[in-house]
Formats: sequence, C-alpha cells, structure tokens
Amino acid sequence: MSIPLQKDVRPELAHSSALGTAPRRKRWIGNSAMSLLLLLISAVTLIPFWAIFVGTFQDGTALMRHGLNLSIDWDQAGLYNYIMLFTDSGDFFRWFANSIGLTVVQVVTTLLVSAFVAYGFAKYEFRFKTPLFICVVVLMTVPFEMLMLPLFTQMHAFGLSDNYAAIILPWVARAMTIFFFRQYLLGIPDEIIEAGRVDGVSEYGIFFRLVLPLMTPAMAAMAILNGMLSWNNFLWPLLVLRSPSNFTLPIGLNTLLTPHGNNYDLLIVGAFFSLIPILVLFLAFQRFFVTGMTAGAVKG
Amino acid sequence: MTTSVLARLHGKRPTRLTKKRPDGPFRSMVFSPKVAPYGFVFPFILTLAIFWIYPIGRSIVMSTQHIVPGYIEPVGVENYLRMWNDPIFWRALWNSVRYMLATLVILIPIPLLLALAVNSKLGSPRIKAFFKASMFTPALTSVVVAGIIFRLMFAEGEDALMNQMLGVFGLDPERWLRNDMTGLVALLVLALWRWTGVNMMYFLAGLQSIPAEYYEAAAIDGASKWQTFVHVTLPQVKPTIIFVVTISVFGGLSMFLESFMLWGGNNSPQNIGLTIIGYLYRLGIERNDLGFASAVGVVLLALVLIINLTQLTLTGFFKKEKRA
Repeated sequence: MSIPLQKDVRPELAHSSALGTAPRRKRWIGNSAMSLLLLLISAVTLIPFWAIFVGTFQDGTALMRHGLNLSIDWDQAGLYNYIMLFTDSGDFFRWFANSIGLTVVQVVTTLLVSAFVAYGFAKYEFRFKTPLFICVVVLMTVPFEMLMLPLFTQMHAFGLSDNYAAIILPWVARAMTIFFFRQYLLGIPDEIIEAGRVDGVSEYGIFFRLVLPLMTPAMAAMAILNGMLSWNNFLWPLLVLRSPSNFTLPIGLNTLLTPHGNNYDLLIVGAFFSLIPILVLFLAFQRFFVTGMTAGAVKG
Repeated sequence: MTTSVLARLHGKRPTRLTKKRPDGPFRSMVFSPKVAPYGFVFPFILTLAIFWIYPIGRSIVMSTQHIVPGYIEPVGVENYLRMWNDPIFWRALWNSVRYMLATLVILIPIPLLLALAVNSKLGSPRIKAFFKASMFTPALTSVVVAGIIFRLMFAEGEDALMNQMLGVFGLDPERWLRNDMTGLVALLVLALWRWTGVNMMYFLAGLQSIPAEYYEAAAIDGASKWQTFVHVTLPQVKPTIIFVVTISVFGGLSMFLESFMLWGGNNSPQNIGLTIIGYLYRLGIERNDLGFASAVGVVLLALVLIINLTQLTLTGFFKKEKRA
C-alpha cells in the first residue's frame, strides 16, 4: 500500500540535504533550469503526436513518399482524409464500436474475477497457497506469445474461433491484476471481515458486500491499465478474429497496411482517431492512474 | 443471502444474533471458511490449468512432432536439432537478446534519473504534473499506431523527420529500416519513447515510499547529495529496480509487434528486425510448421523462466513472499 504512504512523505524534508540551505537566488535559478529541462523533454515526447496530427492533413501518396515531419505543406494540405473517414471508410466505425464493446466487457470481467481471486490470496490461509501464489508471480513474467500456437489450436477445438470469448477468457484472472489487488487487500483490516462473520454473512457475501466496495481506488487504477491493454491488444485478436465485421480497431487498421500499396490516407486519420478514446480516458482518470498504477506492483 | 442480512449491514437493528446456517450439507461445506478460499482461487486454478499449463504441455509434446494438417509423426528431438543448426533461429535469438540488453541499458538509468528529477524540490509543481502526464501518453498508444507513426518518421525520404534531423547536423539521409544498426536504433527509439514514462512512474512510486526520516538522518549525519543517493535512495529503490528489470527482460525477449509494425509485416531485409516471436509467428502461422515452431517456443519459454527465476531467487523475492 503506497497510496497513503505517499501522503506521509514530507517533501520539504525528503530531499533537504543540500538544497534546504541554498540561497533563494540559487534556488530560483535551479527551479527555472529544471522546469525548462522538463518542458523540453515533454516537447520531445509529444513530437510524434504532433507529427501524426499534421499528417492527417496530407495526401496519402505524398505521405508514403516523404514520410512524416513536423511542418504542414500548405499547397497539399486538406481535409480529404477526414472526409474519406466519415464517408467512405468501410468498417472503420464498426471496428471502433467493437473495440469499445470488447474493452468494456473485458475490463469488467477481469476486474471482478481478479479481485475475487486476490481476496482468496490476501485473506485466507490454505494448503497450496504458496505454490499457487508463486504461479501468479511466474505468470506475470511468462510471455503469452510463446504459448499462442497451442492456445490458438485449442481455441479452435473449443469452437471459439472468431469469437470474443476466446479473447476474454484467458485473461479473466490476469496475474498482474491479481497481484496488484492482493497487495491492496493486505492493507484492508481483518476486523471488517470478522465483523461480517459475526453478523452471519457468508464468506462470499463478505467479499461482495463488504470488501468489494472498499476496493474502488484499486479498481479505478486497474480499470485504466486493463482498459489500455485491451484497447491496444493486437496479436491475439489478430489470430483469433476472422471476419472483418468482427475486427477490433488495431486489427482493422492493420488490414489497411497491405503489402501492395498502403492506404495511408485512411490509415493516418484512422490511427489518429483511435488515439482519442484512450487519451480522453487517461486525462479524465489521470489522478488515479499516476498514483494507483504503481501502488501494488512495486511492493514485490 | 436474505434481506435481513442486508438490513443488518446497513446498520439496522440486528434481528438475530446467532449465525444463520446455510441450508443443506453441500451449501454449508462450500460456504464454510475452510473451503471458501478454494472457491475464491478456483477461477485462477481453472484459467491456469486450461490456458497456461495445458498449452505448455501441448507445446512440449508438439515440439517433438512433425505436424502437417491431418498427419502427425513423432520425431523425437529432430526439431531441436534443426533449430540448433538453423542460422535464422540464431539470428532471431541474437536480435531479441541484444534488443533486451539494450533496453535494460537505456530504460533503467534514464527513467530513474527523470524520476529523481520529478521527485526533487526543483521545478514548478505544475510543470512536473504536465511532465508526468506527457511522459506517460506514449504508453497509451497502441503498437499499431506507434508503429505507423515511427515508420513514417523513419522513412527514407530526405524530408522525413529523422532524416531532417540528420540534415540539421549536416549528415546524409539514412535508409533507416534497411540497415542492421540503424534498424536497431529505430526500434530502440520507439522503445524509449513508449516505455520511459512507464518505468519513470514505477521508480517515482518507489522513491515516494522511502520514509522521510531516512533523509533526515542522512542530513543530520552531514551526508553529501551523492552519499545520500548511494546509501539511502539506491538501496531503498532496489525492489523497484528488480521489478523493472524483470518486466524489461520479459518485454525485451518477447518483443515482436514493434518490429512487425516498423517493417510493415514480419519480413525485414536480411531479417534485421526478425525477433524470436517473429520467427515463431513465421513458422507457426505463415508456414504452418507447428512442430518446429513449438520447439522454438519451448526454448524461449525455458530461457525466460530461467533468467527470471534466477534473478528473483538471487534477489530474495521468494523468501520475502513466504514470510508474507
């Protein structure tokens, strides 16, 4: 639990060793220099976003020939890519809707199931707990890509090809999320659970009615992280999904990149639009994200 | 669950103080505190068995077979021998390993320095908040989108962004994605862009959980800034560093999509961008050679597990877990 810990840190003491005694003028220079440096790095980081924004106004063939840069060629600039996106983009908005639907369902199921499992690990003693928990930790470090081939044939055998269930099921109990929730739950006092037992609430009732509502901050952080993973997921949906009408946004965008002539006109503006939902989500929940994302993970 | 339970939970007068017995022997067994933990971890056991352990087993079995549609022949270790003698496998492994090592070299110190900067007293708080947010945004973009942007920035034309930058220093335009070293540079720039913010956040959380008393004590002892960093900060962020190294090893060795997007598919000139997962994808999906592909997967899995388990054991992770 480092969310409350962060409040305990007194910044005026945290790094006072040398700077506390520095004269005010020197501090002012240091402050400006540091602010300037950080702004400069921010600007460099944001360059690709500017490049793609500028690119959306450029003709596709010109893009392919010249690549992206930061200036707008006014002779060529126009809204034709946008017009194409809204009039003649085929399945683009369907992919968009698919991605949103899949992300919502995946996040909700993963959060609920992972929290359920994490509660078992955090608040009970039982046989095989340690080996099972080691499995959680090991799964966090096993690249799924190595198992994608057998998993792919297995999903086919289950009759789940081209089905969203094949995308959702392997990660309903996501190791990373379980680990994070467990760390969070360790910080919730056992007295609450005891009180529930005394009141005759069943073990599962305690989780759903007493513990789950207390997990809201952790849920918010994990909702963003899982939302990001799901929204941007590419390789596994690429293998599982067959029909273009089922494609998610990244898969759909990728089909615009064909070996024979890339449709950069539509691609660039489509890529730009796919950034918007996740950026909006991030800006809206930034507060939770920045503090919450890291809270459980680091306490390994 | 009955309404009376809910009523009690919401602070109404308890109607009954004795524990309500669940109906029937089955219910009382499943709902007892002895059995309940297994119920809670059951979904994990199930997904572990179906989606991880079974495929690992299948992978190992398939790696000893020659598989063509409708026909399976056991061939023992032939796939492994073929892999040992396959220069493309070694090329892919080398590409992945050097990428992983290079990301460790850049993506640990740079984010740590930035986290120290953000955590220091210097700089205006609003600029710091903006800095944190902007550093994080690249991680939000999908590899597909990031790949498209970087592919176009590293394009061969003179007026593509990266070549424009070379021009500023009076250098000739580069055919970035055609050469081994410049291709690696493009991959690393993309990795640096996407992951610096994430690692910085991890380090920042680590730094902020260091108790202020440690710094007070160091200040009282008259420690210099450097001494404070080496003797207080560094040992305290060690768990975070271990965590970041672990996920970087994992991420570096399993990198595939960045290369897939930069080269617009799984084929790069002379395989300069081919990673081990790319090779797995090529063998299994593009060529349908499932047996050989499984052997590659098994070797890689073993490699990642050995590296990470060794590292976690050496750094005492499991010891701590048992105590918890």
